[in-house]
Formats: sequence, C-alpha cells, structure tokens
Amino acid sequence: MLQLLVIVVSSTLVYSAPLIFTALGGTFSERSGVVNVGLEGIMVMGAFSACVFNLFTADVLGGFTPWVALLIGGLTGVVFSLFHALATVHWRADHIVSGTVINLMAPGLAVFLTRLIFDDRGQTDIIAERFGKFSFPVLEKIPVIGDIFFKDTSAPAYVAILVAFLSYFVIFKTKFGLRLRAVGENPQAADTLGINVYRMKYAGVLISGFLGGIGGAVLVQSVSSQFSRATITGQGFIAMAAMIFGKWNPIGAMVAALFFGLAQSLGVIGPQIPGLENVPSVYWQVAPYLLTVIVLVLFIGTSKAPKAIGKTYIKSK
Amino acid sequence: MNKGLLKNLAVPVISVVFGLLLGAIVMLVSGYDPIEGYSAMLNGAFGRPYNVGEVFRLASPLVLTALGFSVAYTAGFFNIGLAGQALCGWVMAITLAQSFPDLPKFLLLTICILGGALAGGVYAGIAGFLRAKFGTSEVIVTIMLNYVILYVSNHMVRNVLTEDKDATEMITQNASLRVPFLQEITGGSRLNGGIFIALAAIVIIWILMKKTTAGFELRSVGINPDASEYAGMSSSKNIVLAMVIAGALAGLGGVLEALGTFQNLYVMNAVPEIGFDGMAVSLLGNGHPLGILVSAILFGVLKVGGLSMPGAGIPKEIVEIVIASIIFFVGASYVIRYLISRVKKDSQKGEM
Repeated sequence: MLQLLVIVVSSTLVYSAPLIFTALGGTFSERSGVVNVGLEGIMVMGAFSACVFNLFTADVLGGFTPWVALLIGGLTGVVFSLFHALATVHWRADHIVSGTVINLMAPGLAVFLTRLIFDDRGQTDIIAERFGKFSFPVLEKIPVIGDIFFKDTSAPAYVAILVAFLSYFVIFKTKFGLRLRAVGENPQAADTLGINVYRMKYAGVLISGFLGGIGGAVLVQSVSSQFSRATITGQGFIAMAAMIFGKWNPIGAMVAALFFGLAQSLGVIGPQIPGLENVPSVYWQVAPYLLTVIVLVLFIGTSKAPKAIGKTYIKSK
Repeated sequence: MNKGLLKNLAVPVISVVFGLLLGAIVMLVSGYDPIEGYSAMLNGAFGRPYNVGEVFRLASPLVLTALGFSVAYTAGFFNIGLAGQALCGWVMAITLAQSFPDLPKFLLLTICILGGALAGGVYAGIAGFLRAKFGTSEVIVTIMLNYVILYVSNHMVRNVLTEDKDATEMITQNASLRVPFLQEITGGSRLNGGIFIALAAIVIIWILMKKTTAGFELRSVGINPDASEYAGMSSSKNIVLAMVIAGALAGLGGVLEALGTFQNLYVMNAVPEIGFDGMAVSLLGNGHPLGILVSAILFGVLKVGGLSMPGAGIPKEIVEIVIASIIFFVGASYVIRYLISRVKKDSQKGEM
C-alpha cells in the first residue's frame, strides 16, 4: 500500500510540475487583463530551446544542465511572448487571435529549427542530463512521510510549488501585484492613478512567457527526454484550464495543476492498482477530464475572470 | 468598385503577402532559396489535377469547422472544442457505417452524415448547456471534452470496432462519400462529395445568420447579452443553439474526414488538426462565409503545396510559419489599416 502511494505521489509531482509553472504564467498574464491562449505554443518553444541547450552543453555543465536549461526555456518563452504583448497591447490585436497565432507558429517554427540543427530530422537526440530523482537530505529520513514525499521525488515540482506561493505573495501582497490586478480590473482607473497600464500588461505577458517556457523545459527534461512535435500535446491548454479552475489565484492554480497531474498519472499507473487492474484504461484516461467538468459545475460555478480581461486598453490623449 | 469591399479585402490580401514575404525571409536566413521553395509549393498545389483535387479535398472540412467557429464566435462563445466535436462526428459516422454496411447507399450515407452532425451538435451542446445553466466556462469544458472524445475514440478503435488493432477496416462503398467522377477528373485524388456539403453549408449559414430571426438573435446576444435579454430574447436558449449549430458543423467536418478522406477511424495522438486549423481559417476569413471559403482554399494550397517542399530540400514546416504569420497580420490589422491611412495621406500630399 505504502509502495503504491509512493508511486502515485511521485508520478503526480512529475506530471504536475510543468502544469504548475505554466498555469502560474497564465495567471500573471490574465491578471493584467491579457488573455493568453498561447501558453501551449510558449511551452513548445520552451521545451525546444531547453532540449537543444541541454544537448549542446551537457558535457560542460554536467548535472546543472537541466536547471540552466530551465532558464533558457524561460527566456525563450519571454522572447516569444513579446509578440503576444506587442500584438495585444500596442497593435490592438484580438487576444485570442494572437494567442492562436502563437499556438500555430510554435510547433512549425520549433520543428523547422529542429530540422535545421539535426540534419533534417523532425526530432532531437535524446538528452543525457535530465531531471532525475531527488531526495531531500534529512527530510527523507522521516518515517512514512519521508518515503512518500521526500525520497526519490521530483525536484522541479517542489520548485514549482515554491514559485506558486511566491506568486501568491507577489500578486496579492506587493505593490506590483496590486497594480497588476488594478490594470486587469479597471485600466482607466489605474491609469488615472498614474499606473503605466501598458507597462504592467507587458510585465504580465512576459512573466507568463517566462513561466510557460519553464513549464515546457521541465516537461521535456523530465518526461519525454527529446523534443519532437509530440512533446507538448495539450499541456498548455490543461494549464489554462487549471488557471481558470483555480480562479486566477496562484495557490488555486497550483492545486488544480496538481489535480491534473494526479489525473494524468492515474492514466499511466491506474492499471497497476490492486483490485482495479481490470478497469478498462479508457476510464482512467477520461476520468480526470470528466471530473473537472463535474467539479466545475457542482462546486465552483461561474468563474469570475478579471473584469477588463481580453479588452484592448487605448490610452486617451 | 465598391469602396467598402475594397477596404475589407485590403487587410487579408496584405496579410497574405506579408506572410509569404516573412516565409521567404525565413527561408533566406536559413540558407534555402525562397523562389525554389515557393515554386515547389505552387507546383505541389497545382502541378497535376491530383494535387488540385487534394487542395479542395483538404479545404472542404476546414470550411465546416471554420463556419462552426464563426457561428459560436458571433454569439459570443469561444469554441475551442471544434477538434473534439469533429472527432465526435468522425467516430459516429464510422460506427454507423460499420454497423449497417449493407443498407442502400442513399439511406446509409444520409444516416451517417446526419448522425455525425448530430453527434457533434450534442457534444458541443453539452458545453452550451453548462454555460447557460451554471455559468461554466465553455473554454474549459470544451478543452476537457476534446480529451474525453480522444480517449473514447481510441478505445472504440481498439476494443469496440476492432480486436486490438490500430485502425478500423475501410467502410463499404455504400457509406463512402467518394464520387468516381470527382476522382477521375482529379487524377485519383481523395476529393469527394464532401465539397458539396461544404458549399451547401456556406449558403445555409449565410442565410441563417444574415436573413433569419434566429440569426439576428444569435448576433445580438453576441453583441450585448443583457440588452438582448431585455428585448425578450432568451440568452440561455441562444447559447445552447449557437453551440449546437457550431458543433453540428464541426461534426460534419469530421464526417467528411471519415467518409470522404480516410474511410476509416484510427488511433490518434491528438484531436484532429481540422479543429484548430478551422479556427485559423475562420479568423482569416473574418467569420464571413465567403471569406471562409477563400481562406480554406488558401490553406489547402499552402498545406498540400507544402508537402512538395521537402522535394526541393526545404522543410514543409515553413508552411505553418507562413500560415501563422498571415493570421498574425490579420489579427494585428490595426497596424495595417494605420499604414494604409498613412500611405494615403502621403500620396494626397504628393498630389497637392
């Protein structure tokens, strides 16, 4: 039984980590009033750049490679999301159109570049340095709990959880967060108070690019180990759902992402659970998504997005 | 020439030109010859009757999913679940076709087409109903439903329609949308009767949205739900209706893939591409039925033509970059309009 719980928790954490980062990214963007359906594409670029960086620097950086690659993935996400910010803030593009463009562009661009780098092959080599299992010193010695949560576990997941609490603090307890939220709720009022609306929106979108890029980088280095068109398949959309599910609150988004991670891992390990091995796998695969809908209907009801979300703010002269 | 029409056409046309230019720049920077690339593409799209047939074959389901997106969008919904609804129609059409393989062609084809449309409509209707009744975000619900149908479909292929195989048997001639005449004139392409369904849908949706009370209600709910409610329209009824129509159209798109293009159902890694591509087609066509027709054909040219680019040594992914940039310029049309107005002013100054 304990063994089973250990497997469930560790695989949940592995699958959740990318979702948590990306969902937090989405939260920053949408708190500033910019819808970001492009998270999926941002994850693709993050995964691609992290994977390539990892392959070319593993010899030099050794065990640090995946961590440095996270930053590279994040920075690529920033560059990529810059287009979204430019389009939605200054060029008055529809947020959903711009996000869709990111999703259309990213896989094409990433696979195109992969072909350029890897001799016209559509996938990269397999990375050598990936996020392995991590055990917390001292904590792993705690009986039962140590085995479940702190031994042979996923380090990026714990970083993600930490970032979630940090994001909560930033959004709700700092001046920057207050301004970000003000811009998302009522940009006119924020403008009147002397807040630079455009700058805050850029900040929100670029942070979402950074965290979304990290999300993709985590995924490629802990789950798939090589980049191809099949590396990111809908995780960005799930992260978006987690953000809405968590009501645009970083802690809520994190909990929802953990739930989706659990659900995804159940699809993989469900058949190993004693007594349930005869349940057809389709039930395990479908359950999380149906459950999300049911929970949403029964317990959450209307999700209230930031008021001015999706609207282009045009500063009057 | 109508000045308004010209103005409306300016943005998509300029966007396409910019998109192709950007693609050319990417090719140049990456060390490929853009002229060679684009000639390979054009040759791949128009070189032989077969390719032309494939262009229209690819465009037909896109027209339907794009119409589905635009109907929902007009009523104020973001239907991100087109792909799932299309898959729903696909699964239903194949299941029906496999269940009654020996029914007379006319009857079986009608059952499969209507069944597929109904399946897509009901599936999207769930999201509409939940939004109307409980205020649940249709974005999340349709995303979730995409995954549900993906896994259900794969399960159906492996455990219901076959014994642990990755694809079902081909459907019988009685359920096929293929028309020998269309195949003959296009050198054996997969062009099929679905193109007539797509064309009919364009006309029907145009009339529905522009000329009927139902269409007026959908549009006004999209523009201002509160005012519409005040004017005596039921916004919840319209929400469900809009989503059902959108889903039925997307479901039809899936039917075309099922009975026309692939003639079977197979295990998939992701929901069908026609979903997200349909969204892009609708955006490029500005939601207008005729615009959608033209942009679906453009997509056909780019995608089918793109398949020939590797023959010239150029990765076919360049096509996706071009498509994405075109949509980007359409989305940022404010900039294009601004540039147009600047150019006009300058030329007026020049005349003075």
